[in-house]
Amino acid sequence: MTQSPEHQVPLWRDDRFWKIALQVLAVVVVVAIASLLIYNLNINMQRAGLEFGFEFLDNQASFDILDSVAPYNVPEETYSSIFPYSPTDSYGRVLQAGLVNSLIMMVCGIVFTTIVGIIVGVLQFSNNWLLQKGSQLYIEIIRNTPLLLQLFFWYSAVFSQLPRPGDRLELVGALYASKRGIFMPWPATSPLMWVSLAALIVGTIGLIVLWKWRVYLMVEQGRPGKAQLYGLIGVAIAMIVIFCVGLGWAFPQELTLDPSQFEARDLENFTACVAETYQVSSLAPPLGDEAIATYPKCLQTGNFEYGLRLSLEFSALLVGLVLYTAAFIAEIVRAGIQSVVKGQWEASSALGIHPNLTMRLVVFPQALRVIIPPLNSQYQNLAKNSSLGAAIAYAELYNVANTTYNQSGRPIDVMLIISVTYLAINMVISLSMNAFNRAVQIKER
Amino acid sequence: MRKWNSLFLSLLLMGSLAACATPPEPAADGEEGGAEGTESVASSSRLDTVKERGTLICGVDGGIPGFSFVDEAGDYSGLDVDICKAVAAAVLGDPEAVEYRRLDSTERFTALAGGEVDMLSRNTTWTISRDTSVGLEFAPTTFYDGQGMMVRADSGIESLEDFDGRSVCVEAGTTTELNLTDKMRKAGVDPEVKTFQQADPAYAAYDDELCDGFTSDKSQLIARRTTLSNPEDHVLLDVTMSKEPLGPVTINNDSTWFDVVKWVTFGLIEAEEFGITSENVEEMANSEDPNISRFLGGEGDLGEGIGLDNDFMVNVISAVGNYGEVYERNLGSESQFNLERGLNTLWTEGGLLYAPPFR
Repeated sequence: MTQSPEHQVPLWRDDRFWKIALQVLAVVVVVAIASLLIYNLNINMQRAGLEFGFEFLDNQASFDILDSVAPYNVPEETYSSIFPYSPTDSYGRVLQAGLVNSLIMMVCGIVFTTIVGIIVGVLQFSNNWLLQKGSQLYIEIIRNTPLLLQLFFWYSAVFSQLPRPGDRLELVGALYASKRGIFMPWPATSPLMWVSLAALIVGTIGLIVLWKWRVYLMVEQGRPGKAQLYGLIGVAIAMIVIFCVGLGWAFPQELTLDPSQFEARDLENFTACVAETYQVSSLAPPLGDEAIATYPKCLQTGNFEYGLRLSLEFSALLVGLVLYTAAFIAEIVRAGIQSVVKGQWEASSALGIHPNLTMRLVVFPQALRVIIPPLNSQYQNLAKNSSLGAAIAYAELYNVANTTYNQSGRPIDVMLIISVTYLAINMVISLSMNAFNRAVQIKER
Repeated sequence: MRKWNSLFLSLLLMGSLAACATPPEPAADGEEGGAEGTESVASSSRLDTVKERGTLICGVDGGIPGFSFVDEAGDYSGLDVDICKAVAAAVLGDPEAVEYRRLDSTERFTALAGGEVDMLSRNTTWTISRDTSVGLEFAPTTFYDGQGMMVRADSGIESLEDFDGRSVCVEAGTTTELNLTDKMRKAGVDPEVKTFQQADPAYAAYDDELCDGFTSDKSQLIARRTTLSNPEDHVLLDVTMSKEPLGPVTINNDSTWFDVVKWVTFGLIEAEEFGITSENVEEMANSEDPNISRFLGGEGDLGEGIGLDNDFMVNVISAVGNYGEVYERNLGSESQFNLERGLNTLWTEGGLLYAPPFR
């Protein structure tokens, strides 16, 4: 009664009350819905006689998965996956194998999609009419069709139409493609390879340090930095040599048929092939070395040793994901470059800086500030979209998890595992991109 | 004020979510009764849900001619589909009161467990782990099958041993996927296994020669072969890799509903044994034979015992016929497949079909 009317604010008009009350209400509603769902799940699982737990991960999986990225294993004489798995291993192990396949896809995908995306993004500013319109056409087609459709296109309409193994395609004796997969050169595992790999990593770090030192000397002390330039060139040449020689590249070698060990059926096939390919109808057995020299095409098997074998499922998914995501990245890059005000270009030209250098030193670093945050989402999208590989038989995490929960009858448990795994992967991508973002932000001094 | 707006908006959203979540609640409450106590079993069964709804939701494959196949008009036909129709006829008196859900091999069990479908009639193999740890109930086998391997006739593959270094396509989440691995291990060969989530892309990949063999139940291979681009180029190897008893499935711990599906299936077999067909069922209903009369509801109260009308088998048989009619129409002499009945004949004729007595 002693207070004046304007101090007597009713509760429903009190700002502070509502702020707290609404937040409390929101939390209560969320908790209520969540507990209702969990309660419901519990009841239904009890009803079906199911229990929650992860003990089943130790049980034998007894199903096989596809080796997709398989280097040639010399002692075993087969192409086998980087992460060995056999059907006698546990569910836990097969999920790990799926995770490794997913991670390979994500890493390769992010690297290639960045390269393609930046190139296409920059091409949109090209003065060449064909390149400019071509890149725009690519972006519009890819961005406006569903990814799953594109994956089926790459798998069924492109990679499935590769020739049979006997007629495999060949590129300069190093790359072979057929329905059996894509065979390419790959470093053979040996102690020397690991030493060379270490040397390459050390060399890369050395190059970066030398470069920074040279820039520092030139900018801060006005020295020419000639000695450092020679150092840079020396290290680069050494690295190229190590890369070419030290890694011990193994090229895929085709296993050909041996005419001296032909059985009746092989001879029939060979004769038919010679008649069709070389238009020679009369062949006189026994066949010897002259057959190898005269009709090499009919002795091809499409089977290889050494190098690396990529499955068509892997190749189709990689191409599909890279091209799809690159279309979005190209647009992000374009937006980033356009966000840099025209004055920056003009000022740079006024100082007499070459257009290429203007792009690299003035415009692109400023564009990065706009590019990085949306790029982060695209990387995360690519990581999540890799699970669509299940549709085209790529044995990635989701595919393997799907089989696992069907065979073990543990949908909730397995779904929880893969949700947490994808969450963790995307957190790692996000955290590293945020760190990168902080590094390229304008530093106020 | 802006903060408030967003808060209100989120509340509104949650409110609407809660509203969306409300309709299933009665069902959830009903199921809860079944879980906690047995005092109200009859009121909590899936049987009542189906009766209330007026339609049966049946999970089928939809892509296997002869078992379940959708034609251009959207009509379903096949042996599995006829089982759905039989159950609908028994429970609702109308064989067409069925809503079909196409399920692929990986989603079928979760769809059943989540209550999305009332029953599966989708060439599902009866195994101990599915019966126990996956939490299913298997009604009597409606088709005794075996796993086979389809290859191209010109591939030179004659046995499983020839598969070393070659590839096999298979559907994920099936028993054939596991049997394949076992058999190949036993044969000492290591083929490449391509696992597909769905049947159509899997058969397309085989058709595109991305794999040298395709393994599945023999009946399915024969049926699917007709959909390949050149059916006559493909042969089945002369091996049977496993036993594949296929039948309808319901969820665990709902014995009232399970009994209905089980005894309708048995009823089809029993009807063939009694010689009751869709043509003579009306006159058989007045039969002097007490067994037949009891079976068709003329006397006794067998139907009431499982929560149906006493003459439920009359509805079933006039809708789809007995097991023999169902088989001949979809897979046997009246179909394009002309499959021998083999093991799928009555026990009296040396087969495996045997229904316990209806009394």
